[in-house]
Amino acid sequence: MKIIVLMKQVANKDAVLRIGADEKWIAEGDVAMQTNESDGYALEEALRMKEAKGEGEVVVCTLGPPSAKTVIKDALARGADRAIHVVAEGSNKLSPYQIARAIADAIREENADLVFTGLQSDDASYGQTGVILAELLGIPHATIVIEVDRSSLSDSGLRVKRELESGWYQWFAYKLPALLTIQSGISQIRYASLKGIMAAKKKEIRDVTAAIEDFASAQKIEKVYLPLKTKQTQMLGNGDAKAGAAELVEKLRTEVRVL
Amino acid sequence: MILVFIEHRDCVLNKTSLEAITAAQGIGKDLGLKVSAVIPCDKDCALAQEIAGYDLEKVIVAKSEKLGIYTPDGYADAWEQVIKATNPQYVVMSHTYQVRDFAPKVAARLGREVAGDCIRYKAEGGKLVLTRRIFLGKLDADVSLGGDAPYFVTFQSGSFRGDNAAKGSAAVETMDLAVGDIRMTPEAPFQEAKASVDLTKSEIIVAVGRGIKSQENIALAQQLADALGADLAASRPICDADWLPIDRQIGSSGQTVAPKVYIALGISGAIQHIVGMKNAGTIVAVNKDSEAPIFDIADYGIVGDLFEAVPVMIEEVKKAKG
Repeated sequence: MKIIVLMKQVANKDAVLRIGADEKWIAEGDVAMQTNESDGYALEEALRMKEAKGEGEVVVCTLGPPSAKTVIKDALARGADRAIHVVAEGSNKLSPYQIARAIADAIREENADLVFTGLQSDDASYGQTGVILAELLGIPHATIVIEVDRSSLSDSGLRVKRELESGWYQWFAYKLPALLTIQSGISQIRYASLKGIMAAKKKEIRDVTAAIEDFASAQKIEKVYLPLKTKQTQMLGNGDAKAGAAELVEKLRTEVRVL
Repeated sequence: MILVFIEHRDCVLNKTSLEAITAAQGIGKDLGLKVSAVIPCDKDCALAQEIAGYDLEKVIVAKSEKLGIYTPDGYADAWEQVIKATNPQYVVMSHTYQVRDFAPKVAARLGREVAGDCIRYKAEGGKLVLTRRIFLGKLDADVSLGGDAPYFVTFQSGSFRGDNAAKGSAAVETMDLAVGDIRMTPEAPFQEAKASVDLTKSEIIVAVGRGIKSQENIALAQQLADALGADLAASRPICDADWLPIDRQIGSSGQTVAPKVYIALGISGAIQHIVGMKNAGTIVAVNKDSEAPIFDIADYGIVGDLFEAVPVMIEEVKKAKG
């Protein structure tokens, strides 16, 4: 059984972001990067599937600049068997369809049984790459998967639980091959062990030059800016949390009148 | 024309579809386009008459015996046929979990993509410029759509008001479809362990996010909640880590609340959380990051360490209550 896991390098969740000079993306120069959160869960689920089945291969695939190798190395250290790096400079300018098409070209020949992705990236948050990729590969998909019934896995299929809204869920049975986009929190993510880190150095990373094609219908970011404030916020304490707390309780008493 | 998607389960309306109608009517007015609604269903949908009471040109029931229960394959086939038969300029939907599942597939099949999870639009030169939240709500991006129609746009829940949808009278029309193979087998949707805590009734909510740092620290937030007579809630990462049960989760995958007061402790304010609490009467945010998006919707903000602020808050609340 072969599982391909798509993983993306994104800006660190807690990074302070500055808008780039062209006002079309962030200034990436000094921003700490990390693996996209839900992609980490996608990898974890793939590793658990392989362990449950007792055989198989987990292949990590990332599209991005050379710096995205850190995502790959981390994934290999956690237990992925090998990696495909679709090298693309300026990948933040690509639309989801362009990304999906470049990845489809890079992995089609792998004929994976399953393709896992995170449900969306924490930078552009298109949330479409997986779905488009499934369409381009001609395989069925399920999004926002919160549980995989690993015991149901056979050569012919698999049951997955999708998250609906407001506390509703639904199971679907899929024939393989299929593509799943994985929700954060599906399981606890393992850390890379020292042994894993050492073993990762011997694992194969295949570089593929991204075949990026023009796409007339691409959406294009024209301008990036700080969100317009919808509310007038009273900032309390002037940087002193304790003073702010005292002021707040006074406001709750006199302005909001809940005390 | 503009097509707007009406989402339902067993002919019971998903109310965010009314927001989509409001959005589509606005766009139609700005661009001089008529709006028609599309309801995929396996029968002469009971919902059609209700939707026909809005100011729309037509209500199209896209009918096939394979559309009784939602599947991405079924809905993609249905939409492909409806779009090819009607040639819309725009397809407008609410950005629900179901729409996220099938809309990119329909668009890709037609050589398009979706401008997804938009929060507003403006019409410029006969076309739309859409605004999306990016980087977990820290930044906004104005987005243009390339190429030819149809253009696919989805709007975040709450971006438009469903009760602003203009009433009128529309003709109901059935379009019989030939839906192809469905490659997935759905089981019945279900609700997991019905929420033991109904936070929608809470007057005051104290909610914790990643800034609470460890499970042990939840007790501190609980003390504040107790002092205020409030209910304790959390953002998704806290429930994912099992620090609080999932019935305490606020946001798109948890409960949607509108208490009098919502106190967000160490919550950065990712979109998925904000959609669940932005209608609170008064929003208080305590966060060490002055640029956290939660401050954009807060009425009162404290930039600083919640572990310094909360003990003082507890003490002062107790004093105020005597």
